[in-house]
Formats: sequence, structure tokens, C-alpha cells
Amino acid sequence: MWLSIGMSAFLQVDTDGGITNQQQAEKDEMALAFLPALARMAVCGGTHGNELSGVYVVQEMERQRKEKGADTWPIPITTLLSNPQAVKECRRYIDTDMNRCFNRATLSSPIADSSAYEVRCAQELNNLLGPKGSTDATDMICDLHNTTSNMGLTLIHYTSNDWVTLHICKYLQTKITKVPVRVLVLDFPISDAYNLESVSKHGFTIEVGPQPHGVVRADIYIVMKEAVDLTIDWIHKFNSGMVFEGGDVEAFKFIKSVDYPRDPETRSLTAAIHPQLQDKDFCLLKRGDPLFFTFSGETVKYEEDETLHPFFINEAAYYEKASCVKDDPGLVIEAGKEGRDAAPAVLWPLRLDRACTN
Amino acid sequence: MSSRTIISCLQEAKRVAIFGGTHGNEMSGITLVNMWIQNSVEIERDGLVSKPFISNPRAVEKCTRYIDTDLNRAFTPENLSAPDVEGLPYEIQRAKEINRMFGPKGSSDAYDVIFDLHNTTSNMGSTLILESSTDFFNLQMVHYIKKAMAPHTCSVLLNEHPQLKYSTTRSVAKHPIGLEVGPQPQGVLRSNVFESMRTILKHALDFLELFNSGVEFPPCTVDVFRIQERMDYPRDTNGNITAMVHPHLQDCDWEPLNRGDPMFLTFDGRTILYEGANTVYPTFINEAAYYEKQQAFVTTCREILAANAIRKASNVFS
Repeated sequence: MWLSIGMSAFLQVDTDGGITNQQQAEKDEMALAFLPALARMAVCGGTHGNELSGVYVVQEMERQRKEKGADTWPIPITTLLSNPQAVKECRRYIDTDMNRCFNRATLSSPIADSSAYEVRCAQELNNLLGPKGSTDATDMICDLHNTTSNMGLTLIHYTSNDWVTLHICKYLQTKITKVPVRVLVLDFPISDAYNLESVSKHGFTIEVGPQPHGVVRADIYIVMKEAVDLTIDWIHKFNSGMVFEGGDVEAFKFIKSVDYPRDPETRSLTAAIHPQLQDKDFCLLKRGDPLFFTFSGETVKYEEDETLHPFFINEAAYYEKASCVKDDPGLVIEAGKEGRDAAPAVLWPLRLDRACTN
Repeated sequence: MSSRTIISCLQEAKRVAIFGGTHGNEMSGITLVNMWIQNSVEIERDGLVSKPFISNPRAVEKCTRYIDTDLNRAFTPENLSAPDVEGLPYEIQRAKEINRMFGPKGSSDAYDVIFDLHNTTSNMGSTLILESSTDFFNLQMVHYIKKAMAPHTCSVLLNEHPQLKYSTTRSVAKHPIGLEVGPQPQGVLRSNVFESMRTILKHALDFLELFNSGVEFPPCTVDVFRIQERMDYPRDTNGNITAMVHPHLQDCDWEPLNRGDPMFLTFDGRTILYEGANTVYPTFINEAAYYEKQQAFVTTCREILAANAIRKASNVFS
């Protein structure tokens, strides 16, 4: 199930001679993308209350702001805990998963006494950082998450049409060498996109693993803090007029979910992720490769012809999503396809007239 | 001149229980026990009855450690003798029920052996937890298991500390054994961890069968790690942690920690060193459930425990 992701080869701006004006003009037009400055950024932790790196990165940023004042960062940054009650209780959520509450339907649903805690929070966040889809929305939300899967540093974005995330991923790949840096694209239309970063114009999730929920590991915290700092660094450079060369970025695209083998009546698991697949996020899964190891000692193999890249292998939070709805394929492994997304060169940002900025 | 070995003649172990789900998000034990409730062939042995049992079913249903209070701290004399009133926390009700079914704790009617299956986010590998340094039966069982598991390492943790010892679910039995296997995130089932726990239990039940059949086990020694001290995270005046386990200590369960070694790393990058005078062997390093119990890790010291030879007592004494 290989998909082609936009294969146009946008190149860096170059000035070699020997081509016609027409060709040059076309080349120039293709090669340059102008974007307005990214004026406002938000760094959000604790969208899931037990994913602790983000909670402590936000806490540390707030401590720095108190200590060093408003000029701590080169751009204005809002820092917040998205789900404070879940953070307090160190739980993923109180009533419902907050990171599924930002689609249009939920954001516009009327609030009653019986409304879920997270739906109320989501609407408040949309007022603060959005409104989603409007020109007033924050330019960039970085939503900080952890996973129990061995995914290194993965940027997750809901659309492949926004090049900002792809450029930031490229930038992080050059600077971060301790762990693999990858980008995952979900491809939702913005109104259907249900996660927090879709409230902003160019937001993305920073997902770092493996880390158990409810634990803060120093090595994982350091990677996440570095990713946030480098993202701020990129935005500052971009806003100052730096040109970011275009080129290819490898991106993983979500294709499908794979659930565990389950007992047909009780829905309980009858196998675990095979030891040879465990921790092998983003590696190749080919026909005949081991997938599951049953409790009775048999290996279940991957039977499809299409070679895919599994990710979110054995993420704790996804057991619930798989088991609570019968016949729902669930999300125990997500499989994706690697493709080449083209990130165009980004030239001078559009200078907004000061009277128009807020 | 003859030397005589002292042989402890002990009651046979006929009534054995295997507890999973004392903590509702520690998945190896829950999965094993549910499997054995459906089909108990694997845990059957001659001469004993082994009962698989889910200790905290409501917590298991919600995949959470506990509902009101930690079941594995609930078996205190005060709780077990609390009157049956409305509003009693769920786990205290459950503790009383378990005490009725498998105890009463401290009486001759109590179950002979309870294995309590746990997972940890700490890198402890396969660990057996003992509560007494003088329970020769348990020491012999642990010795047998370690030998059978070799070359796979099985560490033995002894919690006999007067203040740090706690009233476990398994303490209802005459011979309580904790099985702790990690690292595994809460709510996750890892195949290798699952199979390790399954293998430990297999060897434990083999030992019980051999013992009950009359086999004599010669005197032995067991290397253990004895709990010394609980070390909390550095915290601010509001009780929030201000540092993390240092990367050099993270995942180094059972390895020596010496004076001057890095211990914590603050969120702004400062290292805090271990200042203790003696070398210690930390474990339960960065266990998720212990943040709320003010514990970043425990320190242990190495000790060699000796156990007498044991064999089953003849019927006259049982």
C-alpha cells in the first residue's frame, strides 16, 4: 500500500546560468515559498497528564522566565499545561482523551454540566491559542508528548501540505544526533484534525520515547528540551530572514493500524508483540517477519505483501483504544510508509504591516 | 568425629496461591493469572493445589495501580481488623476479603505459599522479594529458582527493614514470595518480561512439588540485597521534584553507587552527587509508582544468608 507523497522536486534557489528567462522564472516560482513571520508560539505540556517530559520542560521554561524575565527567548512564547487536572493526578486524562478534542465538532459543541472536563479545557485552549482556522490563531503550537514505544524523536503533523514542520525536522536532524529524528504525517483535513497543535497555523507534536508513563527519564527530558530549544532557534532564524534550503525530507505516512490477536468472546489478548519486533519502530516489516508471539508459544507472522514501517509499537495508551470498541482495528501498532516529501526553499518572510499585526 | 547437618523439617506446601493484579496496571501477572484461570494445566503439580487469583479486579478493569489506596500496603493489623462499615476504602475491603480467603494472616489455617506477581518500570530484571532472612523454606526455594534460571540472573531483594517493610498482599501466607520483573511500562505487556515471569513460576512450582515429594534440600547460601534506605527526589517547598535520576544512575539497578557518583540531575542541568559514606547497591531506580511515595530509589547492601537443610516433615508433625 505504497502511496506517493507529492513528488515535485522543489529545489533550492540557485543562480546558475544557461537557462531561458521563462525557465528561470518558473524555476524561481517553484523554488521559493514565502511565509509570514511566526510571531507567536505556544509550548504545551501535559496534554496527557502522565507524559512527564513535557510537564517538566514547561515547568523549567516557566522557571527560566521568572528568573530571566520577558527576554528569555527571542520570540514571545506562551507556556502552559494543557490538562492541569490530569497532570495533578498523573493520569492520561480525567474524562476523555484531550488530544482528540480539537476537531471542529467538539470545539463548537455546547458546554453543559455533564460536559467532559477535557472538552471544556479544549474550548478554553481554542479561545486562548486559536480560534482554530482563523487568522488570529497562534502561529506555532509545539505539543509535547511521550510514548512507551521506541520512537526516538518523532515530529507528528496532521498534514503534509505545511512545509514548516518538514523544515524544522530537517533542521533538528542536523543538530540532534543522540537519537533518530523523524517526521510522521497523518494527512487529515484541518477541520477533522483532532489534536491540540491543529489549533495553530503550523503546529506539530514533539513525541519522544521510549519512556514509561508516569516516569521522567533524564535522557528523554534532555532530548525533548533540546528539540524545543532548537525549534525556537529555527523560528528566530526564519523570522530574521534566513533562507532555509529546500530538499527532500523522508516522511512517514500513517497507513493503518494493526491490533493484537484477541479471544473472540472476551476480547482479551492472546499474544504479545514478538520480541523481534518489540522496540523496532520504523524498521522494515516484510512479509514473513514475526509480528506476535502467542501465549501458547506460536509466532504469528506478517502476511501482507506490502512492506511497511511499524511505529507506536506497544504504546501503553493504545491498548484501551483497541479493546474498548469491538471490531475496531485499534491502534496497537501503526504502520506507515516512508516517502519523500519535498520541502521548498523558504525565502524572506512576508513582512506584515505593523498596523495589521496583533 | 562426625558432623551432623541440622535439617529443618517443615510442613509440606499443599495450598499455594498465585496472585496477579495486586496492582491493576502490572500486566505480566494479570495476563498469566487470567490465562491460568482459563486453563490451569501449566501450574498443576502433584501434591499441591495452586490457585490463580486476581487480587484487585476493579483496578485491573481500569488498568490503574489502585482505586482508593495501594492494596500492597493495606494488610496491616489495623486494616485487617477494621469493622465492616460503609465507606471503607475498596482496597481495605478487599484486604479483609483476601485475608478471609487465604489467611487469616499469622494463623495455622493460612495458605502455605503465595506468589505475588509484579512488574516495575525499573531495570531490575528478574527479582525475587523476601520479607524474612530466617525463612529457610523461602531461602531454599529462591536458591533453587536462581540455579534453575542460570545463566539468566535472578536478584534477591530482602525487605526486613523495621520502618521500610510494608504489609504486602502476600504476607497473609506462611511463606510469601514477591516476583518483580522489569523494566516494563505500566499498562504494557512485553513478551520477554512475560516469559521470564512465567519461567520463574515454573521453577518455583517444580521446587514445591519436589519438596512435597520428600526430597531433602542440602544447606545453602543465598546472595541477597538487603534494603537500607529510601532516597527521595530533591523537592521544592511545594513538594514538586526539582531533579531527575541522573543518566549515569538510570537503569543501573544492582550496580554499586559510590560516594561522589552522580545521583540526580536538576532540570536546569546541575548534577547532584551521592554523599553517603559507604558503597550501596540501588534498586527500584525510577519506579513510576514511587514518585508519590517519595522514593527515587532504595539503597541496599549485599549480604549472604544461610539456610539449613530442609525436608518435608512426616505426618506425625503436620
